[in-house]
Amino acid sequence: MLQTSDFASVKPQTDTRCERYLGAFRWMLLARVFEEKLASLYRGGKVVGGVFLGKGQEALSAALGVSLRKGDIYAPLIRDAAGRFAFGETLLDAARTIVGSRLGPMRGREGNIHRGKPREGYYAMISHLGVMVSTVAGGLIARRFKGVKDVVGATCIGDGGTSTGSFHEGLNMAAVEKLPLVVVVANNQYAYSTPTSEQYACADLIDRAIGYGVRGHKVDGTDPQACFDVVGEAVARARSGEGPQMIVADLLRLVGHGEHDDAHYVNHALKVSPIGRDCLDVARTQITAAGWMTAVQMDALREQLQAEVESAFATALREPLPDPNLEDWRALSTESLAEGRA
Amino acid sequence: MAITYLEAIREAQAKLLADDPRVFIYGQDVGSFGGAFKATKGLAKEFPGRVLDSPISEDAQVGVAIGAALEGMRPIVEMQFADFSTCGLNQIINHAATMFWRTNVKCPIVVRLPSGGTAGAGPFHSQSMEALYAHYPGLVVLNPATVEDAYSMLIAAVHIDDPVIFCEHKYLYYHLKAESLPTEALPVGKARVARPGRDATIVTYSAMLHEALACAEELAQDGWQIEVVDLRSVKPLDTDTILGSVARTGRLLVVGEAFPWGGVTAEVVARVATEGFGLLDAPPMRLNAKDTPVPYHPNLWGTHRPTARAIIGAMRELLHA
Ligand SMILES: Cc1ncc(C[n+]2csc(CCOP(=O)(O)OP(=O)(O)O)c2C)c(N)n1
Ligand SMILES: [Mg+2]
Repeated sequence: MLQTSDFASVKPQTDTRCERYLGAFRWMLLARVFEEKLASLYRGGKVVGGVFLGKGQEALSAALGVSLRKGDIYAPLIRDAAGRFAFGETLLDAARTIVGSRLGPMRGREGNIHRGKPREGYYAMISHLGVMVSTVAGGLIARRFKGVKDVVGATCIGDGGTSTGSFHEGLNMAAVEKLPLVVVVANNQYAYSTPTSEQYACADLIDRAIGYGVRGHKVDGTDPQACFDVVGEAVARARSGEGPQMIVADLLRLVGHGEHDDAHYVNHALKVSPIGRDCLDVARTQITAAGWMTAVQMDALREQLQAEVESAFATALREPLPDPNLEDWRALSTESLAEGRA
Repeated sequence: MAITYLEAIREAQAKLLADDPRVFIYGQDVGSFGGAFKATKGLAKEFPGRVLDSPISEDAQVGVAIGAALEGMRPIVEMQFADFSTCGLNQIINHAATMFWRTNVKCPIVVRLPSGGTAGAGPFHSQSMEALYAHYPGLVVLNPATVEDAYSMLIAAVHIDDPVIFCEHKYLYYHLKAESLPTEALPVGKARVARPGRDATIVTYSAMLHEALACAEELAQDGWQIEVVDLRSVKPLDTDTILGSVARTGRLLVVGEAFPWGGVTAEVVARVATEGFGLLDAPPMRLNAKDTPVPYHPNLWGTHRPTARAIIGAMRELLHA
């Protein structure tokens, strides 16, 4: 079992540190190029419906994804492409969902961010914010019934989502049950157009941790190394039986709420403050400083990932679209209880 | 000057705020941003302190409206999408809806629900929830289908002394235009014959009105005269206008965009069957969405919801029944 000290107090070996970092960096970069492609498809009118990107949140998102293992439960949210890939979602499945391929996990019934594979512990969010907290808690209770040990359930939410009743109910019950739950709050300063000053009145969202009786962890969401360390520690603590962990990461949404939104309302002072840093730029600096990769190598990696993304979309776009005549038009799994398809 | 359905909703709220100091608007991003759909564009500036951004807390949004209404205010709550009103459902159906009956004190709130499907919106941004709310005693449920009704019924809604669920259709927001805002209107609770006919009646409401009118237009090429009734208000339901139409035509097709089990179309058929059975020359028909969540991909969505084509198919069946 992982110990807290693996990530925090004792400095791990430099090469594992390097490996961990570069592993997560790859997911960050993949998410970025994937989303750049998504944005260009959206601008070209190739995506039906909304497109929501996680630009600026890749470090935090990847940090959680790489801290989880196969067998854990992961319920990501809107801006978690990096974490999804790190947790094991394939590029092809993501691309298929976006373009509506019939062969994708969502079969054209669902699009964009509402995708998942619950059987693989990768829960598929609904839009209604906050509800995944108790759902992951329920998954963990089931694991407890089954005697499964060493498991962690994690979910992500934004500053806005913390205002829902569901968030409160979920985190409170998870604390009562001392579940190995990790809640990652990406405090990106806005919920759509609403600034945090109109969302909550506590000095810092981390102050809520004590109210719920869970351990709180604060992290600079623009600093990849800090994200990997802090999220890694929180996951390790949850895994070792210390109960729910709440991480609050400060960062800035570097894009609109969705690609339809020009985000004109974002305060300029925030954009030029440290919170407005692009975590991928910070990653490049950290990697260069540590001497783990050269700029040329990073550019080559980006190109390689771009090629992978292009190929995934090319494949997905060649696949059949959903066909109403082949569609099952049934929402129940129990065939004998499903009413006529009218 | 053409005005859209969405602009009519904005104009109605501007007028309400201007005319009545008891009115205020509460919702996510409704303030300086003007709302996710821009239904409150500019209002926060025009009416300082009366268009308030809420946290993402639908239960509290409705609770606040109820409390304010008890103290004499006329709150309008905007849900960002109708679908998210389920997070405030308890306050609406158990609290607002029971208030007058339990306490003899009125609860005049309006909850605006951006409703209905649009291409690519998927299961959580497409729902038509009128039947759910209409099921509960103590609520008025309105579904305007025209620019004129969007304007006049929203103004009427705020004047109503009871909780009103105002289902505005997102598909009509930008598509539907009128030359000007209306100066007079049918009273709330009255249905309207949107197109007269004598061979069959389509009873419908909201965005489906326009699909039904397209169907009537197409069938007119074949010489059929289809009457189309726009319910406007699903609760109360104007049974008299419906029965009057069926008395003229003898055939009834009821069309709705919501899920098929129960709901507005079932209620209309039930009333006609029980109160006007003798008027019918053929079994009444219903056409609804399919009994699955609203699918994301347009290929599926276009079949999930009734379209003019589907209505024509059903109507041909009915005319030959
Ligand atoms: C219960 C609920 N109400 C409203 C919405 C509509 N909505 C979708 S995203 C969003 C803003 C979310 O902000 P935040 O939680 O801070 O996440 P971010 O978008 O910043 O990542 C809103 C209001 C929703 N999804 N769920
Ligand atoms: Mg946010």
